Amino acid sequence: MYYKTRSYRIFNVLNIILLSLVALSCILPLIHILAISFSSGLAVEANRVTFWPVDFNLDSYTRTFGDANFLDAFFTSVVRVILGVVIGITVTVLTAYPLSKMEALRGGRVIAWFFVFTMLFHGGLIPSYILIQKLHLMNTIWALILPGALGVYNMILMLNFFRAIPRELEEASLIDGAGHLTTLLRVYLPISMPSIATIVLFVAVGHWNAWFDGLIYMQKENWPMSTLLQTMIKVPDLSQRTVADTEIVNMTERTLKSAKIFIGTLPILLVYPFLQRYFVKGIVLGAVKG
Amino acid sequence: MKLRKNGVLYWMLLPGVLLTLLFHYLPMAGLVIAFQDFKPWLGFSKSAWVGLDHFRTAFQREDSLQVVWNTFFIACSKIIVNLVVPVIFALLLNEIRQMRFKKAVQTLVYLPHFLSWVVFGGIVSDMLSSQGIINTLLLPSLGLQPILFLADGDWFRFVIIFSDNWKEFGFATIVFLAALSNVDPSLYEATEVDGANRWQQTWTVTFPALVPIIIVVGTLAMGSVLNAGFDQIFNLYNPLVYDKGDIIDTFVYRVGLLNSQFGLGTAIGLFKSAVGFVMIVMAYYLASRFANYRIF
Repeated sequence: MYYKTRSYRIFNVLNIILLSLVALSCILPLIHILAISFSSGLAVEANRVTFWPVDFNLDSYTRTFGDANFLDAFFTSVVRVILGVVIGITVTVLTAYPLSKMEALRGGRVIAWFFVFTMLFHGGLIPSYILIQKLHLMNTIWALILPGALGVYNMILMLNFFRAIPRELEEASLIDGAGHLTTLLRVYLPISMPSIATIVLFVAVGHWNAWFDGLIYMQKENWPMSTLLQTMIKVPDLSQRTVADTEIVNMTERTLKSAKIFIGTLPILLVYPFLQRYFVKGIVLGAVKG
Repeated sequence: MKLRKNGVLYWMLLPGVLLTLLFHYLPMAGLVIAFQDFKPWLGFSKSAWVGLDHFRTAFQREDSLQVVWNTFFIACSKIIVNLVVPVIFALLLNEIRQMRFKKAVQTLVYLPHFLSWVVFGGIVSDMLSSQGIINTLLLPSLGLQPILFLADGDWFRFVIIFSDNWKEFGFATIVFLAALSNVDPSLYEATEVDGANRWQQTWTVTFPALVPIIIVVGTLAMGSVLNAGFDQIFNLYNPLVYDKGDIIDTFVYRVGLLNSQFGLGTAIGLFKSAVGFVMIVMAYYLASRFANYRIF
């Protein structure tokens, strides 16, 4: 067997070392930011912080959470994620189910291409912006939810899942007198829970991370958290120092920013273990077909 | 009887169709303002028509030509790097027989994909700033001078391509690993009987198993030759690197929305959509032709 040869064993050890380093490189920057956020400003200025906090303190966090704007934005984001997931999944499932029954659906292929075409060609930023204005959706949460409610990519994933379900189940249910809606709710949805979970988490993460639509469609006081974080993290506001000089011992621009980056990441880190269980299988099934 | 039962299928499609018509097809009609001197208070019907003026302006402005070139250059570099690295990584990971280690590596490398460019860009720019860990610890310990990564155009491009790959390479390996797990084990046994070593097996069995999916991913990526990554660039760039880092999407935002040059911005956006459309259709055609790929 090849893996018992000496040269392969050497290769294997080197390979494990290399892959460990690559894998660690994906998480160490985050740990570095976390360490900075919990360290004192002085220690950070003196470059004493790498992967472990120095002079541990929570000042950056208490300052961030003490900000009323920040809490409002957090609340907006939570509402956005919940509404976005409920509406998004409903529309996605309702669209995917009929399209998974091409043979029962006259014009099904045309309708499918009607959706796919939107993946290929866009009106672009400015016409979309003007549309949201004309519809009077500016500064409402609907501007953040409705335009992307039907994710065509997710819909195709879902459609492929539905297609993989044995036809006999559907036939049995229809013969028993159930309509399509009942079949969808009682038969298809329960056995599609893993794929639904994948898409729920994709949609939820998408809404949590989205910031640009908030920036252009919402007024500052109604920004969701990602948009607020984006402006805080990106633009170094040198004109007005938010941290008084006396406080610099425990907190600087940089420790504050690091705390914000970490807070923005935290919800993803919390759902990631659940997400990870499902998505590999989900993506492969939906995307790679013979 | 059957038809009555199936009628409900059309009702199910209704919400999706309405939303798509409203938010995706209606903006396509809005593309007419690429040919208008659009004034929001006049609207589509009363704004003056200017023909191809905006396109002429766009292709005469030096900065917009530079922007198209930047977009193309950055996007193409990303396409190549984002294909090569995941393939090599998948091949190396495939050699690991310690399943726990393999799972642990996978868990870690998939993670950055789920972070937004807001936070990932924040991490990157912190690490690369003049006070960041690279400039204060890593480079001095190697005896090198500090580098202003985000203030120098050439370094900026490098950072864009490298950090995008860093964030996405793990997630991109998923499809390659899936293809590798489908390889028929008897092929390995056969080559072993023939006396092939592992290196030869990799060339004759493992790599060829990846070729179809490499073709699919590679051709489909052609569709994004003008998508250099708005989120990433927007969160990392600054006026110092506009000359080498500004891309079509960021340019449309700044010129079109911030400076309210709606017509010009839309014209450039339309150019991008049209080129993108042709490329994607071509890519899908090639992928279906040569690798038997279908959307559904």
